[in-house]
Amino acid sequence: MATAAQSVSIFGMIAGLIGVMALVAVNALFLIWMERKVSAHMQLRPGPMEVGWHGAIQTIADALKLLGKELITPRDVDKPVYLAAPIVIFLPVLVSFLVIPFSQNLIIRDMNVGVLLILSFAALTVLAILMAGWASNNKYAVFGAIRSVAQNVAYEIPLLITLMSVILMVGSFRLTDIVAAQSRIWFVFLQPIAFILYIICATAETNRAPFDLPEAESELVAGFHTEYSGMRFALFFLAEYTNMFIVAALATIFFLGGWRGPFLPGIVWFLIKVYAIIFLIMWFRWTFPRVRFDQLITLSWKILIPLALANLIVTAFVLKLV
Amino acid sequence: MTSYVKEILTGFYSLLAGMGVTIRYFVKPIVTVQYPREKLQMSPAYRGHTEFVLDPETQTHRCIACELCSRTCPSQLIHLEGVKVGKKKLPSKYVIEYHLCSLCGLCVEVCPTQALQFSKEYRLAGYSRQDAVIDVFARMQAQQRRLGWPVTPIPEPQPEAEGEAEAKPKPAKAKPAAKKAEKPAEAEAAPAAPETPATPAEEEEKS
Repeated sequence: MATAAQSVSIFGMIAGLIGVMALVAVNALFLIWMERKVSAHMQLRPGPMEVGWHGAIQTIADALKLLGKELITPRDVDKPVYLAAPIVIFLPVLVSFLVIPFSQNLIIRDMNVGVLLILSFAALTVLAILMAGWASNNKYAVFGAIRSVAQNVAYEIPLLITLMSVILMVGSFRLTDIVAAQSRIWFVFLQPIAFILYIICATAETNRAPFDLPEAESELVAGFHTEYSGMRFALFFLAEYTNMFIVAALATIFFLGGWRGPFLPGIVWFLIKVYAIIFLIMWFRWTFPRVRFDQLITLSWKILIPLALANLIVTAFVLKLV
Repeated sequence: MTSYVKEILTGFYSLLAGMGVTIRYFVKPIVTVQYPREKLQMSPAYRGHTEFVLDPETQTHRCIACELCSRTCPSQLIHLEGVKVGKKKLPSKYVIEYHLCSLCGLCVEVCPTQALQFSKEYRLAGYSRQDAVIDVFARMQAQQRRLGWPVTPIPEPQPEAEGEAEAKPKPAKAKPAAKKAEKPAEAEAAPAAPETPATPAEEEEKS
């Protein structure tokens, strides 16, 4: 375990960076296509069919269109903040890939604070959304941003607590240790409630339906990115889909045994599990209607947080007794 | 406390039930038809514009040019001309202005020989009003060609049997006269009738 952990060469860093950039781009292209296909098939439609095999390169065509679009900057925006927001939302997403173990050795840097690093940088997403919403000088954007802050504050807590109950069992923040601890049995079987709570919180953290209030189309136009166009909008999109990948990767590492699996190489198992979780999140989106804001907050404070706390306490007791 | 737990459990169950519905739909075959490449088979009850029934025995239409359909039509959109061929009267022109049709189906009902039926044609979009004018006779000829049956020609008026020399001018001249003669009787039922046949023709010329 962790052969490349201690000293990471410059070459390794650059290779990792290129790999991560490629992964982010390909993942976003694939996920957008997948989302359109999943939504289409749940509504008995074929989805994109024209560009490439079953519309496989439709997203590339869309990306090219977005690249060619004019970058509109409204007159009354707070310019430095407005321009910084897409970058701020995208950078922490990249940082999170630093510690994700894709396979036994396929990890850029195996830190002993892995989980904390991902979660602390994931919290920066809220800042970026707030920046974008506030700087846009648009009522819909501000509403979206404020909702996002309230939502993320509410859902970060149960998310951390559920992960904490797993960390209690392992006794390490290092992601490779957490995967190694599941060599006998996946934690999803030992901590089913934590898994369900984690998936709910992850859906909310990535601002996806049924918790997509920050960008509720029917109420807020597009929410915090109403005023963004072209590639700036594409960066928000990219960040959203990459965030989905990260929360799914965390779920895989924490509950589904990471890269472990028979026959196939570790990276394949890892990606299969990640995309299965992503499919689950998409499945939520095309099943459940968007919740009302008070329902959203009620769900978090009255149900998720007490349940997560109870789960943590029970876990601690059981660990003490065994 | 029990109601709290019960609410969570029932809520969770309802979420699972909803997801069950969507996953069932996810694996169902899609219903979208990729239109230019695939086309829908219209249901037997679909009522498109009228067309001639092709009699499998005679391999042609059954129309006797009695003009009942064109006279019954409330929109006066059936333009039918018949010629006498021997003892029989046959249609030489059967054109409908489908854009005026109110889809009442009286023409099909009134036909004494059941010569008309509803086609399954649904691709009716066109660029001009002229595109909605359907030559039913030509359509039948095309159908015969597709089936490999002998194509019914447009009948020429033939001075036969009775040996009438005036037979030739008759369809051209006598027809409008005959029509006008019938009009007054009809006018009681439909007062606007004499004007209507002229207007669509004018509009067509404009477009």
